[in-house]
Amino acid sequence: MQGFKQSILVSIWFVFLTFPLMAVRVNTADRIVEWRWMNMLWVAVASFVLSYAWRYMLARKQARNKSEESGQQQGRVQVLLEDMGFRYRAMGVLLVLALIFPLVFDTYQNTIMISALIYVVLGLGLNISVGLAGLLDLGYVAFFGVGAYSYALLNHHFDLGFWAILPVGGILSCLFGVVLGFPILRLRGDYLAIVTLGFGMIFKVVLENWSDFTFGPSGIANIDKPGLFGIDMNIDGSTLYIYYIMIALVVFTILITNRLRNSRIGRAWIALREDEIACVAMGIDMARTKLSAYALGAFWAGMVGVLFAAKTTFINPASFTFMESAIILSIVVLGGMGSILGVILGAFILILLPEYMRAFSEYRMLAFGAAMVLMMIFRPQGIISNIRTKYEYKGLREETDNG
Amino acid sequence: MAEKHKLLEVKGLTMDFGGLRAVDSVSLDVCEGEIAALIGPNGAGKTTFFNCVTGIYTPTKGDILLHPKGLDTRRLNGLKPNRVTEMGLARTFQNIRLFADMTVLENVMIGRHCRTKSGIFRSILRSKGVRQEEQEIVEVSYQLLKKVGLADFANEFAKNLPYGAQRRLEIARAMATDPFLLLLDEPAAGMNPQETAELDQLICKISEQDRIAILLIEHDMKLVMNISNPIYVMEYGKKIAEGSPQQIKDNPKVIEAYLGEETDA
Repeated sequence: MQGFKQSILVSIWFVFLTFPLMAVRVNTADRIVEWRWMNMLWVAVASFVLSYAWRYMLARKQARNKSEESGQQQGRVQVLLEDMGFRYRAMGVLLVLALIFPLVFDTYQNTIMISALIYVVLGLGLNISVGLAGLLDLGYVAFFGVGAYSYALLNHHFDLGFWAILPVGGILSCLFGVVLGFPILRLRGDYLAIVTLGFGMIFKVVLENWSDFTFGPSGIANIDKPGLFGIDMNIDGSTLYIYYIMIALVVFTILITNRLRNSRIGRAWIALREDEIACVAMGIDMARTKLSAYALGAFWAGMVGVLFAAKTTFINPASFTFMESAIILSIVVLGGMGSILGVILGAFILILLPEYMRAFSEYRMLAFGAAMVLMMIFRPQGIISNIRTKYEYKGLREETDNG
Repeated sequence: MAEKHKLLEVKGLTMDFGGLRAVDSVSLDVCEGEIAALIGPNGAGKTTFFNCVTGIYTPTKGDILLHPKGLDTRRLNGLKPNRVTEMGLARTFQNIRLFADMTVLENVMIGRHCRTKSGIFRSILRSKGVRQEEQEIVEVSYQLLKKVGLADFANEFAKNLPYGAQRRLEIARAMATDPFLLLLDEPAAGMNPQETAELDQLICKISEQDRIAILLIEHDMKLVMNISNPIYVMEYGKKIAEGSPQQIKDNPKVIEAYLGEETDA
């Protein structure tokens, strides 16, 4: 009831505020004043509904927080996801859907899907350093650029093929990550974010200005598409081929990041995120752990960068702006830090929605910002929060039997 | 009685923060099988002393020597905290520093990190050895949880544990690093009398069953006098007394430090 009253007050206030804008219109041609009372009604109803919904959601969130503190009460989705059997089945279904996707849809859809998958891999890579190890990285796109440029340049100068460069791009980017990682080992939190932001910027400026090496802002064109035993493919064929390579890469990434997360190394990353001092006091080598998280995150960006260059056949520095880093970071945050499934969902939402809602493209950034704000208020842990790992131990059964 | 084997030997440890001398040439020994205590009023420099010994700070002067049984003496000055822990000296924190978003069991498993060795590539391949090692980590950690009485909470998030249980979890996590010397920084802070009594038993159990020597900072005098011998007292960065509980109780300097100077009437 309290919420109802307050919502009515809010809506009256909004009517009052918007009155001069929405209700009164001076028609200068006919020299008359139009009174649009209908508009006022809309404003009143809309602001009332929004305000009421807002209050309702906040109240629900508070109730949920309370029940989480007192007990185990978790969302139904979360419980379902913790069931391993369900997870395997769901993954199988998704994989089959992904494999038959290009048979149902046309090349245009495939292209869109490829770019979404590229962001899935980027998100999963960044998830290692940001989501697991807690190293906020605002210049992640630089690693993506290292991969793309290493393929473009090696292909241009030495005519090396896609498959040869795919691992090389990953490893180069990994090395780049280690080199950048050393100076930032001592930093954490905000300072780390600013320094990585700086690295991202420097990378782009270097690409633009070192014309002898990178061909400057005009970029590199005519990069070879991935080859398949020298078979000539038309556009449709090669798109299909890249699509399947991308699916394989995504599966590979999921497999490996999942294994890493549930390993000794992954636990050390999470511990580092939770408390750095306690982490080193428990015998974990901070430098090595940070560097490995940073370098492995970079590795995926490098791999997928190679694929990006091969897909577009043309790259220039404009593809590696801060905006890209921000989008990848948003994918990780929106999806749920540390959660693999969350990141995948986040990538699809953030990349596919704008593609399919081109009609509203003018409002894209507005919607983007609004979505982020709402997300941070109502579900700061992301769409899918991290699932806790449960371990089997021998002692448990006897314990419960004895009461 | 034969001379006891010294595990930790600190000689003239001094720590300056700019112009402030937080610890002023403090010497202290912890021998095998001992439960030693370090007491003193707030701000006496006890935690700073711990931080120096465990490698979080590098001391300005003095020697910190570790004599593991059957191994060479090691000087700990300037070593990184993780190296110190690897050598067999583990600690807990005054203001609880658990990994809040990890489960209770995972918290303890982190302690096993420095005693295991599967690397990135082996973890990706998940070979048989790695899986075996993982299972071992789980079993050892679970046994430790049982020891501190937290086995039922193994899959809870650490942040959801009650306060006293969090303190015990810190001890279990430190024990997982296989130390021969355990430094406990105010383990009973914020505990009720019953929890303190349980902690008392736990510390004695660790000392007797696991043969781990213990050095603890504590304000709960009942706990200190009950279980620890020797006791070292610090005030304003200096060591002002050492000895058995009885000696400490009767020491005028200690009484002065805690109760203030007696003014002549």
